[in-house]
Amino acid sequence: MSATRTAPAKHTRVGNRYPRWTLWLLVPALVVLLLSALELVTGADDLVSAGTARATLIATVPIMLAALGGLWSERAGIVNIGLEGMMILGTYGAGFFGFHYGAWAGVAGAIFMGALGGLIHAIATVTFGVDHIISGVAINIIALGVVQYLSALTFSGLPGGGQTQSPTLPDVQSISIGPVDDLLAGIAGEEIFFVSQTAAILRAFVNNLSLLVLLALLLVIATYVILWRTSFGLRLRSVGENPSAAESLGVAVLRYKFVAVLVSGGLAGLAGGFLAMVASSNYRDGQTGGRGYIGLAAMIFGNWRPGGVVAGSGLFGYTETLGLRQGGSSVHALLLAVGVLAVAFAVVRLRRGDLRTAVVTLLGGAVFVLIYLSIESVPGDFTRMTPYVITLLVLALASQRLRMPAADGQRYRKGSAG
Amino acid sequence: MSPRTIRTLLGLAAPALALVAAFLITSAVLVIAGDPAGEVWGTILSTPKPRNLANIINNATVLYLSGVAVAIGFRMNLFNIGVDGQYRIAAFAAAVVAGEGWLPGPLNIVLAIVAAMLVGAFWAGIAGVLKATRGVSEVISTIMLNFISTGIVAYFLRQVAVREPGSNTLATKQIPEGSRIPGFSIAEGAGTEVYGFVFLAALVGFVYWFVLNRTRFGFSLRATGGSPAAAEASGIKVTRMTVIAMLLGGAVAGLVGLPILLGDAYSYGSTFQSGLGFAGIAIALLGRNHPFGIALGALLFAFLEEQSNPLQILVGVSPDIVAITQGVIVLTVVISYEVVRRYGTTLEQRRVAAAIKAPPPGAVAGNGADR
Repeated sequence: MSATRTAPAKHTRVGNRYPRWTLWLLVPALVVLLLSALELVTGADDLVSAGTARATLIATVPIMLAALGGLWSERAGIVNIGLEGMMILGTYGAGFFGFHYGAWAGVAGAIFMGALGGLIHAIATVTFGVDHIISGVAINIIALGVVQYLSALTFSGLPGGGQTQSPTLPDVQSISIGPVDDLLAGIAGEEIFFVSQTAAILRAFVNNLSLLVLLALLLVIATYVILWRTSFGLRLRSVGENPSAAESLGVAVLRYKFVAVLVSGGLAGLAGGFLAMVASSNYRDGQTGGRGYIGLAAMIFGNWRPGGVVAGSGLFGYTETLGLRQGGSSVHALLLAVGVLAVAFAVVRLRRGDLRTAVVTLLGGAVFVLIYLSIESVPGDFTRMTPYVITLLVLALASQRLRMPAADGQRYRKGSAG
Repeated sequence: MSPRTIRTLLGLAAPALALVAAFLITSAVLVIAGDPAGEVWGTILSTPKPRNLANIINNATVLYLSGVAVAIGFRMNLFNIGVDGQYRIAAFAAAVVAGEGWLPGPLNIVLAIVAAMLVGAFWAGIAGVLKATRGVSEVISTIMLNFISTGIVAYFLRQVAVREPGSNTLATKQIPEGSRIPGFSIAEGAGTEVYGFVFLAALVGFVYWFVLNRTRFGFSLRATGGSPAAAEASGIKVTRMTVIAMLLGGAVAGLVGLPILLGDAYSYGSTFQSGLGFAGIAIALLGRNHPFGIALGALLFAFLEEQSNPLQILVGVSPDIVAITQGVIVLTVVISYEVVRRYGTTLEQRRVAAAIKAPPPGAVAGNGADR
């Protein structure tokens, strides 16, 4: 299959010398190194603090879960723009079941409600062959209506609840490893370049770590193992690459698509549940704030692969966090980083002989550096746009290297194999 | 019956089927939730008073423009989800330009309209250029541009805003009296006037129809939507068409906020109506991208919204129930078109099978159900 042939080609240069998993250490280390250096150069002090790391983790998980949901359905060839709606359903599911039956019932309720959204999408796209985007848009409208209608019906009159919000929800347990946290806090306080910053970031994982965050990380690994290391996963992906060929080999194409979209809905629902229960303390109207769409973008950015999904959602989570915390100085520092990276990219393109791209990128980079030099701090309205601007930039630079599943978004009727 | 009659009947069957299904599903939700379904429908389906009728027409005007803006992209298989951001940033620009009142009277209106169309086109054009030159999916880029426009408008609104005495909302300068589009009354004592912009909206619909169906450019556009490869082979520059289609869609999207701006609000404030772009997607789908169909869809959506307003007071049910109806209609419309199409194909195959003398068994079925 072409997926397995083209995808590793990019990695062979690294893969021959080092095992693949070292990337998982190398890339984050490089990022932390860059950001530490950036702090040193610009004087911004919130780029890699323990607080930023914690907030980033909380901001990343819902986007990552939504992106993972997108990954499941698109790998089976179903575009799922209804992720946003399924997330919305999840926030309500967590609110309703969480309040009445306890924290873990809330988690289950979020997954269940999201999967219901997935069921509608599956029936529409798989059974009836409706255009995937149309169905997704409809689901987003329906989900918003359903949730607003239901929350007015079920939360009005409850203590702390109302038309647009649920009462406070019980917490999912968190775990802390006290001694390790103390040790890391000590190192972080020492102000050793790079080492202190790394320690500060690691603290987010040992201090008050919600079990749902852990569950989300496990789900990423589970997704990788199931989709890329089992025959079930191979069949599921074959359905997204070439359904006719899959069917001719005896794969029940429609059933695989159905299952994939259900899982996708469940994951998106969990993402919504996380927003209601961990990122905040109750269900609120409009809580998702377009994160379903961002998840979809993170998945595309991640080239339809689990590792990429983590990187993409991490980027969004991080930039979103920066914008909300000391956005003025942090995003200001980021301008310099973007400018320098753009210049570096331009040099690489130039050496490959791609003059036009090089010039355009160089000019873009120069603009960023100029803006950095001419202002002291970025206004709040702009810091909040950071994740979206970064998405556009990244997609503009990287889109042509991305490769989506070959039959993604196409309708398939049973028996098309002939 | 002749095949032609059958086809017409089937064409009408699909929307009817969809409305019935949406009615049933919404009723089911109401019944399960324990709300009085009968009273809800009684309120929604009651005859609108003249004032409500004016509101419906006004809302439909705005939704119609939004639907057309989305439909232009749809005809080329471009999903312009960014109409929402395009119309907000365009309406803001138009409000600033018109509020300054550089030109006298009606000329100022023309300037505002041109400004709105240019800004809308520019904003959509970013997505078009990214798609054409860098292969960025317009679905993602327009969504991102929606968020970015929110930030940009918020920032510049803060810069240019004048604060009304006694009000907390920020707004641009009021548009001078002479540069407003007057409304007209549809009945004695209606209370609300219908936007004069409704005629411009109708004109937009006509131009949309004419350009798409009666010009070479429209043909190229539809051909590109049908098959980019075939279009490219016959000498149409697909990437150029992508940019042009986005620019045109954005220009129309720029008009979406203007009926409100020039006929009712007279300034752009932080409370300016948002979310019209998303409704436009549903309406374009509902109307099958046909100018007349979009008008019907817009009227239906505006009708449901206006008629559901008193639900909370009269029946004690949240008006959000119609959002469910609207979403379900979109879904059931496309599903019922598909069901009807499959049924139509089966009928056709039977007719053909009967027409062929002594058909060999399996010859028709083996042809593949429908391609």
